[in-house]
Amino acid sequence: MRPEMTAASLDTAARTSAERGALARARLLRGLLPALSLALVLLAIAWLNPRAISYFGFSLMLNLAIPIALATIAQMFVIAGNELDLSIGTFVGFVGCVTATWLKDAPLIGAVILLGSIGVYALLGALIHLRNLPSIVVTLGMSFVWQGLAILVLPKPGGKAPDWLLGLMAFKPPFIPFPIIAALLIGLIVHFGLMRTSYGVILRGSGGNPAALGRAGWSLLKTKIVLFALAGLFGVLSGMALIGITTSADANIGNGYTLLAIAGVILGGGEFVGGRVSPIGAVIGALTLALAASPLLTFMHIPPDWQVAANGAILIIVLAARVLISRKER
Amino acid sequence: MTSVKSLLAKPWIWSFIGALLVWLATIAFTGGYGAGGMVTAALSLAVFTVIVGVGQMFVITLGPGNVDLSLPANIGLASAVAMKVMDGNDSMIAVGLLAALACGAAIGAANYLLIWALRIPPIIATLSASFIIQSIDISYGRGLQIKPPPGFADFANWQILGIPVLAILTVLFTIGAAIALQRMIYGRSVLAIGQNIRAAWLAGVNVGRIRFLTYTLSGALGGIDGALLAGYFRGANVDIGNEYLLASIAVVVIGGTSVAGGKANVPGVWGAALFLVLLLTMLNTFGVSAGVRLLLTGLIIVGVITAAGGQKAPR
Repeated sequence: MRPEMTAASLDTAARTSAERGALARARLLRGLLPALSLALVLLAIAWLNPRAISYFGFSLMLNLAIPIALATIAQMFVIAGNELDLSIGTFVGFVGCVTATWLKDAPLIGAVILLGSIGVYALLGALIHLRNLPSIVVTLGMSFVWQGLAILVLPKPGGKAPDWLLGLMAFKPPFIPFPIIAALLIGLIVHFGLMRTSYGVILRGSGGNPAALGRAGWSLLKTKIVLFALAGLFGVLSGMALIGITTSADANIGNGYTLLAIAGVILGGGEFVGGRVSPIGAVIGALTLALAASPLLTFMHIPPDWQVAANGAILIIVLAARVLISRKER
Repeated sequence: MTSVKSLLAKPWIWSFIGALLVWLATIAFTGGYGAGGMVTAALSLAVFTVIVGVGQMFVITLGPGNVDLSLPANIGLASAVAMKVMDGNDSMIAVGLLAALACGAAIGAANYLLIWALRIPPIIATLSASFIIQSIDISYGRGLQIKPPPGFADFANWQILGIPVLAILTVLFTIGAAIALQRMIYGRSVLAIGQNIRAAWLAGVNVGRIRFLTYTLSGALGGIDGALLAGYFRGANVDIGNEYLLASIAVVVIGGTSVAGGKANVPGVWGAALFLVLLLTMLNTFGVSAGVRLLLTGLIIVGVITAAGGQKAPR
């Protein structure tokens, strides 16, 4: 009886190790998917217009990639905690309006306002946790608040970015366009913080299994506050970067970023529940969307009417590919 | 006394109390002037939020993560389709309404197809779909300046004794929706899926079919809403549905429906829609600027949801 059982269990062990290999391959493929989709979009662009693949072409196409990537990272922190921020777009617009007015004319007051708005984000995290509120509705309400404040700060489009910010965003490093370097830097810094530090694991765990984390003695209130404050911080950076590029502001300037940011996180391999997010993936997702929405598409026989659809189509194609891979993973 | 107590225990009563308070505050400000006109205007505008709100309510009741983000794009496209089919011609009103309904239902069905085939969260499915619908609408409705047929515009603005006919019809529709929710197999299945999708499946509920029906219903209601909006505002445009993304979700939640699913409330949708419309009327009457109006609207939504509190049940 005994040897037989051992043989059987050895057999299962062998099979599971083979299965584990397949599983690892599928997981690797899944991890590479965001990069593959970016490569695919790049190939399509190179095929349609070879001249776009140049220092100048990338600087132009990825013009708005930095603010989109920062807003996507902001959304990623919120999604890591199983919540959703529907106000990040109008928040970016509000920050933009403050940057183009207060931060230029009275830098100290401007900085205090921006820090205060990060504080508001932290408070929202606390409110959502303490009252067990649906984040979708709270941030929906906040999207009105930020938009209203933006209009109060800057009733008409205008204002001007501070000179140091203009100088920073106009930086032209040799060989590699600035947006690519910046995106890489953002991705790596957040990757280190969220994926490689012990508190980063706790933060992701608060989305993965909040009950277990709470029983292990970690404060879920604190993790939610930290996640929302980080979202606020990256929202502020996104708004400032945006104004550094556009040079002036408008109360509606960030409105499209809410949906772009959610799409970027999902394209980058993030999931809505379970704390499964990827900072580098999110940045790649943001780059893919920035390319898909870039003004260069106009020159590529894609009429402007259909540029929004291009974003939707890319999302659907990538998600379809992910389903095919996940089926293997099972 | 007990009847008052049981009335106060209903989750939807608070949205009506809120609407009443806002209305009283406004007529106190105007000294009683325009009190009736305000109710008429509020009823006519609330109708459009209620119609999409009911669709959104059924979708949200399906459980966490279920939400229809494609409604604004859907409303925009359906309004253009309705106006183009009617082509200013009174005899084509019914055909145009059917076309808008079919267009919306097709969008809803496509939404569920994406959710089912790609197994992606409904938020992302309806979001991707809305990007594509928006493009179709921009391309299809470009330069579209067709006025609704006079008969249809008159119908959308028709009032009997100060009560908009559209509001009366919508009340009848919501009564039907409430019966469907609480007394029919379809509604009970939606509630069951929202409470526990696995248990519902084990109990023999055809989960796939019910979810398909629900997304199609939400799409169809968005389509009919688009046609009615184009009639009421005398013309279609791409942005006509924009405010209904936030509004449809807000009325569902303020109206006492659980975001976690499995608990829906039809009367609350009416109360919340009236509350939101009257709130805007009040802020306009007070003469506040656009910025302050948005700011206060947002703060009040956050305040109401904080006061109402979340669900104790685990997510």
